[in-house]
Amino acid sequence: MSEAHTLEDVKQQVRRYVLVFVALLALTIVTVTISYFHLSVVPAIIVALFVASIKGTLVASYFMHLISERKLVFFVLILTGVFFLALMTLPVLHHADRGVV
Amino acid sequence: MEHTAGLAHGEHDTSHELSFWEKYIFSQDHKVIGIQYGITALLFLLFGFTLMIIMRWQLAYPGQPIPLIGQWLGDANAPGGIMLPEFYNQLGAMHGTIMVFLGVVPLAVGAFGNYLVPLQIGAPDMAFPKLNMMSYWSYFLGGVTMLSSFFVPGGAANSGWTSYAPLATIATTGQTFWLCGMIFLITSSLLGSVNFIVTIVQLRAKGLTFMRLPFFVWAQLVTSFLLLLAFPPLEAAGVLQLMDRLAGTSFFLPSGLVISGQPLHVSGGGSPILWQHLFWFLAHPEVYVLILPAMGIVAEIIANNTRKPLWGYKSMVYATIFLGFMSFIVWAHHMFMTGMGTVISAFFQTTTMIISIPSVIILTALLLSLYGGSIRFTVPMLFATAFLPMFGIGGLTGLPLGLAPSDIHLHDTYYVIGHFHYVVAPGTLFALFAGIYYWFPKVTGRQMNNALGRIHFFGSFIFINGIFMPMFIEGLAGVSRRLYDGGQQYAHAQGVLHWNVFMSISAFCLFFFQLFFIINFFWSMKKGKKVNSDNPWDATTLEWDTPTPPPHGNFIKPLEVFRGPYEYSVPGKSRDFVPQSEQEKV
Amino acid sequence: MQVPYTVHTRSDTGLYNAKLGIWLFLSSEVMLFGALFSSYILLRVGADTWPHGYEHLNIPLGTVNTAVLITSSVTMVMAWASLMMKDFAKYRSYLGATILLAIVFLVIKGFEYAAKFEHGLYPSTSTYFGIYFTLTGLHALHIIGGIVVNAYLWGPGSKMWKTDPERFTHRIEIAGLYWHFVDIVWIFLFPMLYLL
Ligand code: HEM
Ligand SMILES: [Cu+2]
Repeated sequence: MSEAHTLEDVKQQVRRYVLVFVALLALTIVTVTISYFHLSVVPAIIVALFVASIKGTLVASYFMHLISERKLVFFVLILTGVFFLALMTLPVLHHADRGVV
Repeated sequence: MEHTAGLAHGEHDTSHELSFWEKYIFSQDHKVIGIQYGITALLFLLFGFTLMIIMRWQLAYPGQPIPLIGQWLGDANAPGGIMLPEFYNQLGAMHGTIMVFLGVVPLAVGAFGNYLVPLQIGAPDMAFPKLNMMSYWSYFLGGVTMLSSFFVPGGAANSGWTSYAPLATIATTGQTFWLCGMIFLITSSLLGSVNFIVTIVQLRAKGLTFMRLPFFVWAQLVTSFLLLLAFPPLEAAGVLQLMDRLAGTSFFLPSGLVISGQPLHVSGGGSPILWQHLFWFLAHPEVYVLILPAMGIVAEIIANNTRKPLWGYKSMVYATIFLGFMSFIVWAHHMFMTGMGTVISAFFQTTTMIISIPSVIILTALLLSLYGGSIRFTVPMLFATAFLPMFGIGGLTGLPLGLAPSDIHLHDTYYVIGHFHYVVAPGTLFALFAGIYYWFPKVTGRQMNNALGRIHFFGSFIFINGIFMPMFIEGLAGVSRRLYDGGQQYAHAQGVLHWNVFMSISAFCLFFFQLFFIINFFWSMKKGKKVNSDNPWDATTLEWDTPTPPPHGNFIKPLEVFRGPYEYSVPGKSRDFVPQSEQEKV
Repeated sequence: MQVPYTVHTRSDTGLYNAKLGIWLFLSSEVMLFGALFSSYILLRVGADTWPHGYEHLNIPLGTVNTAVLITSSVTMVMAWASLMMKDFAKYRSYLGATILLAIVFLVIKGFEYAAKFEHGLYPSTSTYFGIYFTLTGLHALHIIGGIVVNAYLWGPGSKMWKTDPERFTHRIEIAGLYWHFVDIVWIFLFPMLYLL
């Protein structure tokens, strides 16, 4: 993709990086602030993971240029995502049988 | 050769003469690295086999001094040449680890993959030559770490190649070496698999579309994805077990653990089952890492020796992809005995039955490829044809293991050992031998000796079945694996234990017939019949378009691909094969 | 013949080799940390008691460290943008800043560790602390790896800018992808270990 970048593009992107930076800092403050309310476990997890996912997506999309990345990279990432989910079922599998979850 | 050296990695493109070290030891040429992998892996296979030979003596003649080498094993292991149970456990754990992680995979992927993939796709080298070199050396360090563990107090790892916790957590120092060794090996695999995928995707020659790739390359591609995505969870598990052992955590240690009557002073709260989950999350895909490259080799050899296109190339490719995908969601079929509930057990039984379908497709396609061919029974072809029924037996015996009701009886018996050895020993190893005989002329410019090869084949074929077939009998009778006396103390074992002598003698004979291979290998390197063509088997794929042996950079001129990989006996052609690089004359 | 597509992209994939390589590598990293996250959940759900992170860890310090790492991610991407704008001097200051921020992160982390040890809290204290030290330790190793690579690209490695600027820009992009990934891991570690 880098070949497609013109000077203008890059300058515009730099402006975007600054915006993303501000958003990331703001979200950090949000999630820390919420944590001081000591929500009960389930809502706390949902909120924390939700905010973290937004932050992660921002970094991946803009700093790692995923929004303009090639199909092949997405293919690799989706494949990884599927197996990642398989890994995440592991605790569920483990506890489902034992009546914990 | 010297003139193009150094060019492949664009950084220092001054064509200086490479020193001995750069050329043979820290080489970045995929062919040299492939050979390094091959030789190291063959040595490890021999070593791992020797460990098993020692164990087989003990199983056949428990408590009798081991002849010849018994006296050198040391008093800590075998006083008076009689093997101690602790030593048996070390040998067993190290046999499994060495065969799988240091022998078969490095040979199938590291050696064959490295040497052949770039050649078969018409590339000058792997995409990242430096990483390739690091991959080999990381493997080497892993091997050294594993071997050195025999010399630490308490000896090598002794908790099985599966290193189940908590047994492994409280085991002797050898286990720490095992974990560190595994981390090196995993690193090596990761570097290698990234390299393979990038190479296959990015460096294919002009005109070489995915559906024109030789099946071997497809097998390596899927294998690399398995290594890439399945190994990291084992690395994670290894790190956690290291922490358990070194930093006193209890990730895998439950509360209230009592060892030899003494309560263990740890914080507790861990889960031994977690280790099994993480281990099998790797280790099931790993068994396909063991088999896929073998299938790739067999496919190449069968097409070439039947002088026919592979039957159902496309279905084989799709089956391979599906197999790779499914192999990530069957892991808990190794854990039916851990007290899982019916729903989850049903899920894993179902996926296990589903995954056998693509294996059957591939095997059937290979069998049908034989039909109606005028087969050349060369030595590689003998091994490749033998692979088919042997893998068939291995796969079929897997089915009862994949169903929980029968597995409850068979789990942890010799039946399981029989099952997986049929797939990896007369299966994968035969394919690897086939590959060595088949590509030897490309690597060395000489043929391996035919007569010695045939003796090697028939001897191996007879005795390898002599070892593994009786294991099914013992296993069905309920004889457990991993018993240092083979199960003498069990009443239910008495009726079948006499097979142990038979199996051990078969193993010794098998060892004897490997000498023919070893002699053949070295003799042919120096004295074998010189090949008088770059393509002695009249093959179609690109590796035969190179000079023999291929120089650094592989191909003399850039090449283009015009057709699929197996155009044998095309009607209306003057020869019975059309190389992929041959242009249609208009 | 030379290995092709080290600099230019291959037309059917649209990628140069190292770009595909780093994404594959990151995929394997996802599986590595994924397995650890999954173990964490399994152990936590199975535990009789599990402390809240905020009872034991220093949230202000953790927050500062999060900000430090995010900032270093921005300076990293700015280093790359500077090269795209052919401004080598700026590139060096941005990459230098990235390295410094990474060191700041480690120093703060070091203070946090030291405080724990002073209070007699070790990995062996409880599974919670085991997880905390293992995950942050492994993350710190990744930070150290990043520092080494970036330092090389800041110092001796930057000579390539004169000989092969395009390839050098690629290298910074690759190093950046890795660095942002390490940042993302922290973005998830921080709430998991500190806030929940
Ligand atoms: C084709 C269908 C296959 C099926 C349905 C199958 C099924 C199984 C099952 C259920 C087990 C666990 C048995 C137990 O521990 O109770 C097992 C063990 C094993 N299988 Fe297979 N398998 C198949 C193919 C393969 C292949 C292709 C390989 C290797 C190349 C392989 C290698 C192994 C190994 C190494 C073990 C034993 C691991 C251990 O406990 O040490 N299997 N198989
Ligand atoms: Cu399995």
